[in-house]
Amino acid sequence: MATTASTSSTVADTATGFAWRYRYWLLLVVLPVLLIAAGKAGYISNFQFLQLSLMIVYSIAVLGLILLTGFNGQISLGHGAFFAVGAYTAAIMIDQAGWPFWATLPVAALVCFIVGYLFGLPALRLEGHYLALATFALAVAVPQILKYKHIEPLTRGVMGINVFKSDPPFGLPLSTDQWMFLVVLALAALMFWIARNLLDSRTGRALVAIRDHSMAASTMGINVSHYKAVMFGISALYTGLAGAMHGIIFEFVSPDSFRFELSIAILVGAVVGGIASLPGAIIGGVFVQVIEKYADALTRKISAAVHLPLELEPWLIYGVALIILMYTMPMGIAGGMAALWRRLKRS
Amino acid sequence: MKLYKLMLAGAGALSLTLTANTVNAQKKYDDGASDTEIRIGNTNPYSGPASAYGQIGKAIEAYFKMINDKGGINGRKINFITYDDGYAPPKTVEMVRKLVEEDKVLFVYQTLGTPPNTAIHKYLNGKKVPQLFVATGASVWGKPTEFPWTMGWQPDYQTEGVIYAKHILANVKDAKIAVLMQNDDYGRDYFNGFKQGLGKDANKIVQVATYEVADPTVDSQIIALKNSGANAFFNITTPKFAAQAIKKAAEIGWKPAHYLNNVSSSVGAVMKPAGFDAGQGILTASYIKDPTDHQWDKDADMVAWNAFMDKYYPGGDKKSTFPAYAYAVTSTVVEVLKRAGDDLTRANIMKQAASLKGFENPLLLPGIKINTSATDFYPIQSVQLARFKGETFELFGSILSGEAE
Repeated sequence: MATTASTSSTVADTATGFAWRYRYWLLLVVLPVLLIAAGKAGYISNFQFLQLSLMIVYSIAVLGLILLTGFNGQISLGHGAFFAVGAYTAAIMIDQAGWPFWATLPVAALVCFIVGYLFGLPALRLEGHYLALATFALAVAVPQILKYKHIEPLTRGVMGINVFKSDPPFGLPLSTDQWMFLVVLALAALMFWIARNLLDSRTGRALVAIRDHSMAASTMGINVSHYKAVMFGISALYTGLAGAMHGIIFEFVSPDSFRFELSIAILVGAVVGGIASLPGAIIGGVFVQVIEKYADALTRKISAAVHLPLELEPWLIYGVALIILMYTMPMGIAGGMAALWRRLKRS
Repeated sequence: MKLYKLMLAGAGALSLTLTANTVNAQKKYDDGASDTEIRIGNTNPYSGPASAYGQIGKAIEAYFKMINDKGGINGRKINFITYDDGYAPPKTVEMVRKLVEEDKVLFVYQTLGTPPNTAIHKYLNGKKVPQLFVATGASVWGKPTEFPWTMGWQPDYQTEGVIYAKHILANVKDAKIAVLMQNDDYGRDYFNGFKQGLGKDANKIVQVATYEVADPTVDSQIIALKNSGANAFFNITTPKFAAQAIKKAAEIGWKPAHYLNNVSSSVGAVMKPAGFDAGQGILTASYIKDPTDHQWDKDADMVAWNAFMDKYYPGGDKKSTFPAYAYAVTSTVVEVLKRAGDDLTRANIMKQAASLKGFENPLLLPGIKINTSATDFYPIQSVQLARFKGETFELFGSILSGEAE
């Protein structure tokens, strides 16, 4: 009797141990199943699936910047440009050549890696503020370049490109938005997994060493310029891939989608989420999608609800939220949560 | 004889009750319509570079409030859902998808601007949701075979461009023409019509300058156009830039024969901020009674409009044509909904919108009526020229229709 009890408890232990060990993967299966079920039951509309997908897309974009800035110490104010390059690469291939959407992803990733790497090479001579300024110039230039007359047959100029996403394959009983949500989620899981393995590797330690003290890193035999340029390329690849997915799920790209404000939004997302933390990228992505886009509506709702005598400026809430966050959680929300968790554990 | 009459009356009564029954049984609804409500979606630039047009969305909202206060349409209240898109196509795409997929509107109405409407054109036609009476005059909105779910309302830009071109050729000696245009399909549509109107005289265009809708000013463009030595100027700009152009041209002493596109012919939103002195003599084409034109002071439509503005939109600018435009176009959509009766399907909305014959729409200039058919998706096709004098546009000449082609 006693023996059976102990065996079953060991089985339970192994089961929980197993579950705990693979908790993230488990979550990755359970969460979408629940969400799709809710969608089928009519609790989550297609538009809300689109919103969720956009959050995930922005998370990947923010992750790209976090890898560059948080783990390699290079500042970029121009990641919106790589986002745009990825989006246009995918959109043009679908629009002009009729490629299926999934086939455009590796191409967009490759193009963005090359663009990022090439941009990273000369930018290596620039440090800190100068690099920030160079990338900022890139972000300002890209929307103008997209409107350039002689590439208009490809980009369709200021009017943008309508992309049509493909229906779910194998006759799956899903709406297009639900299907795309699953695709984006799988892609994000893959990209986060790669990022974590990259940081855990020899390369990852080299990247962090360069961030912490590049001279010391170089005396230890790390090829600083090589690593920095490659990292710039990888970062651009992440953000560009996010851009490609954005174009595909949003079904529309235009120069106006990628104004320099997007670069700032990605940077703010990275800082708010937690600049040197992978989970921070998820928080940052949610922040970019929710707060950036709905601060305006939120402001109006609040001023209507409390009958304020003065009209609040649309960006007021956004600004105030940002200031409070930066003062109370200088390490971003992920950093702040970790600190809070440690303090709770100690007491 | 008596028996015959009685029988006839009886048959008539019988058929009447029968038809009444069938009408009752024929209540048909798509998403967004019910026994009590009709949901209509809209986007407008309440912020951003084209925010002068935001008055249109607000006035439409006010008009529907008035309709609801009077009991609605066929007993149904209008629920008008409008979002800010800042004249930015990506934002329009997002908001229109929200309107269709989350708010589940019956149709989308008066979405404003050529680039925003182009961005949602294929999406709405793919979803078979009407994109009704869009607030842009680009010529692409009247293509029922390709895009059966989209219809414009105002006269198309190409026709207007043709009219200005012909006026220049007839009235400006040795014309040397300068053009300022917004760099998008709205600008190009006007410009194409203009070139078509010039025909073999298209070489009289000496300089074309463009601007982006995100630009802060058009000052440098105006200086460049003046330096081209042009004596005629076609001004294809949205309100903010139109006011800047008029003001700058006056500042630097450039006095060409100035043709201002209809979409900026608002006294309150363009001529006043530009300065009345700077705007004297500017020509435009109108199809709506301008509230600042005193000849309409006693006009029944204008009296009704003034009463509407005082009661439902007191914050609105009564010197601007934009609320008048909103009032006029919403009268058309209300007529369409009245005619649709209890068959509130998307197909029937389009069918009713495409069968307006000689409809006398409030606030349109005398002699301009609304005509549509299954092959004609251009409701208004006539304009009259007007010249700015004092503090208003004075109409002159006769009604011009179908000048294109």
